[in-house]
Amino acid sequence: MFDESSIIVGLEIGTSKICAVVGEQGADGALNIVGLGQARSRGVRKGEIADAALVEEDVRNAIVEAEKMADVEIRSVYLGVSGAHIRGFNNRGVHPVVSADREISRDDVGDVVKNAKAINLPAENTIIHAVRQHFLVDGHGGITDPVGMLGARIEVDMHVVHGNTNRLQNAIRLVKGLQLKVEEIVSSGLASSLALLTSDQKELGALVIDIGAGTTDYVVYADGVIKHTGVLAVGGDHVSNDLGHGLKVPLSRAEKLKLEHGSALVDEAMTGRTLTLTNEHGLPLKTVNVEHLQRIMSLRLEELFQIIAADLESAGLVDYLRAGVFLCGGGARVPQVAALAERILQMPVSIGQTNSISGLKSALDQPEFVTAIGLAKFGSLKSRRADGKTSLVQGIKSTLHGLLRR
Amino acid sequence: MNTSPEIPAAQPESSPARILKIIGVGDAGVSLIDTLDSAEFAGASRVAINTDGLSLASSSAGVKIHLETKLMRGMGTGGDAERGQSLAEEQFSTLKTACSGADVVLIIAGLGGGAGSGISPVLARAARETGALVLAFVTLPFLCEGNRRSKQAQLSLEQIKAVADGVICLPSQKAFKLIDENTSLLDMFRQTGGLLVEGLRGVWQLLTRPGLIQIHFDDLCALVRNRHSESSFAFVEASGAGRSREIVEKLITHPLLDEGRALTDSDAVLVSLVGGTDLTMAEVNRVMEHISRHCEHAQIIMGAAVDAALKNRLSVTVIAAKHVAAPELPAAPAGDLVGPVGSRGGMGSAGGRATSPAPSFSLEHREQALTTSAARSRKAAPKMRQEQLPLAIVSRGRFDKSEPTVHKGEDLDIPTFVRRGVAMN
Repeated sequence: MFDESSIIVGLEIGTSKICAVVGEQGADGALNIVGLGQARSRGVRKGEIADAALVEEDVRNAIVEAEKMADVEIRSVYLGVSGAHIRGFNNRGVHPVVSADREISRDDVGDVVKNAKAINLPAENTIIHAVRQHFLVDGHGGITDPVGMLGARIEVDMHVVHGNTNRLQNAIRLVKGLQLKVEEIVSSGLASSLALLTSDQKELGALVIDIGAGTTDYVVYADGVIKHTGVLAVGGDHVSNDLGHGLKVPLSRAEKLKLEHGSALVDEAMTGRTLTLTNEHGLPLKTVNVEHLQRIMSLRLEELFQIIAADLESAGLVDYLRAGVFLCGGGARVPQVAALAERILQMPVSIGQTNSISGLKSALDQPEFVTAIGLAKFGSLKSRRADGKTSLVQGIKSTLHGLLRR
Repeated sequence: MNTSPEIPAAQPESSPARILKIIGVGDAGVSLIDTLDSAEFAGASRVAINTDGLSLASSSAGVKIHLETKLMRGMGTGGDAERGQSLAEEQFSTLKTACSGADVVLIIAGLGGGAGSGISPVLARAARETGALVLAFVTLPFLCEGNRRSKQAQLSLEQIKAVADGVICLPSQKAFKLIDENTSLLDMFRQTGGLLVEGLRGVWQLLTRPGLIQIHFDDLCALVRNRHSESSFAFVEASGAGRSREIVEKLITHPLLDEGRALTDSDAVLVSLVGGTDLTMAEVNRVMEHISRHCEHAQIIMGAAVDAALKNRLSVTVIAAKHVAAPELPAAPAGDLVGPVGSRGGMGSAGGRATSPAPSFSLEHREQALTTSAARSRKAAPKMRQEQLPLAIVSRGRFDKSEPTVHKGEDLDIPTFVRRGVAMN
């Protein structure tokens, strides 16, 4: 079947579902989605594993389904991680150029990047990503590649995402226990943004908000690089929980009401309208005020966006987001959610679409799958980068391969 | 049993200088008072008390008191707190003279060793008997320092709490989070000591700097006197345009404040802001607004001061005090409680003995006895109070067992409409 190395799998262990996306990397580097498996997640709370046995079973189901659909054997995955313990911040590394001619060498660049990664983290945390933003040479910013330039001092800005080692290891160990290799862990927000944003949008500046069931992850791009990331352990589950509490209905019923009658804005036409809930025999149990239902939802989502807005404002990024805001995750399905976000964030908001990927188009262009697709895309970018450094023999092989395909 | 002494006589607003004494006890305390910037703490007299002659010899303190014991040939207590304590009791009058004349006595000690843990409680008592306000700044040992030291430190801390007006305690283990793990051992101790000194500096600035918004000495007295509170503190600093916001964020995530939880739990908060000449009222306002939002139940005392040397930096010291639920005191004032019910078992079954349920007391009598005993013994007061239950219990629903999502002091797991008080009916 497929050459093993060209198969890239993104696995997202989400709070409401576990999703595995199988991508096939073509010779030209483009990612083609060939399979998707999902299972309802039962052992995850707020993006973190709460019941390992259940999660293990669910992951296995999702993987098996994806394997069947894509007709491949999955050996390794790119694993998405989320949770309130994940934090991001910007850090600057400095390195003096010591060579006699003041020309910046590749080693200098390596050193400055290393310096930027040497951060004073709490002992129990590890770095998940360290993304290069821009170089500065002698204080002049905006340089993407300083090799060969002259200067006395080179600095680099990095965006560092880190999380609690043990909690990250929980997920990794669980996946490893299923005889799957974890190629790399990727923060969910970053994965979503990879799947949604085109390079133009990254250049213009964009905000991606992934409203999952357990967590809301957001990523800000400006000038083509990641400027800010955040995870908030609030999501769709909170909306259901609020509804259950406010309408005095069980959680399962609240979940259903949310899906059927939910809205991010209170619909004026719904004022005074009630719903009659029935039991399995069709007998009426309880009446629920639709206006209340929507108000409870609206308040929760409003608060969520307000927290994000406050965070962006304090990071000073509001004016950089010229391409606007893109929503994804199950929360993006809530009617009127874009309108609510627009009102609070004061910029154009749209539901993100994964148009940078080809494959099972209609089945995939759903906000829920964005993260898993992004994980596969992350993998394809990684392996493409690795391909660039392959040996001569492999290089020839791949060219031949490419020729034959044509 | 009302030990509260008269508030120092010199209370008119204009009284120019309060006499402050900074007393370092034990090796750690003595070396810490040496690190104090002499220019900044110019108004205070420093006293070093130790059992180890060597450490005193190298100290720069104005007054040095060497508590000697023949047994140890001047080498110290050998890490035994009891020895330190008996030595201090022996020299009680010396300690009292050392404290006499001061309005405020600040005790600095590293608990865990012999001298620090043994002498500090006695010293605090001596200082109080002279009528001074006693604040103790102490560190608890690192966990790795061993069981005995931490036990000694805990015991001593309880004793100090019982006698001092306020204790500001820095568990070194918590400071771990603040300091890079690869720091050398020497630096580690220096830095944890430094943290303690920051707390001291905050209080110092509060008391001595002419401020935009002044804290009166009386306020501080009123806040800490007779509270026997346990305090946590944090010192943060920020500069640049968004500094007030940065400060608030740092405070809320500060490990020493348990990520803001200490603020929420506290019932008295003391805030000292010191900024450069460009300190604006708006900034003061913003910081205070956030802090007060976090500690709704607390009495807040704030002071703001200007220090030209700070340039565009803003530094904030927060001390959050919490009432301690009366620990078992060795010297519990059981003697003057009324009748058999007074023996503190009043809330539940009377004592543990089934043979004497004290049925002869009428309910009123019993209540009266309780109230008098509560009034007499302030340690018993918190135990007697019936806990107030919230009107409606807001369940966290499916998040009941998960780690709460706390954002800026708000528990986001509680429905938004409940927190915002939107009525649904």
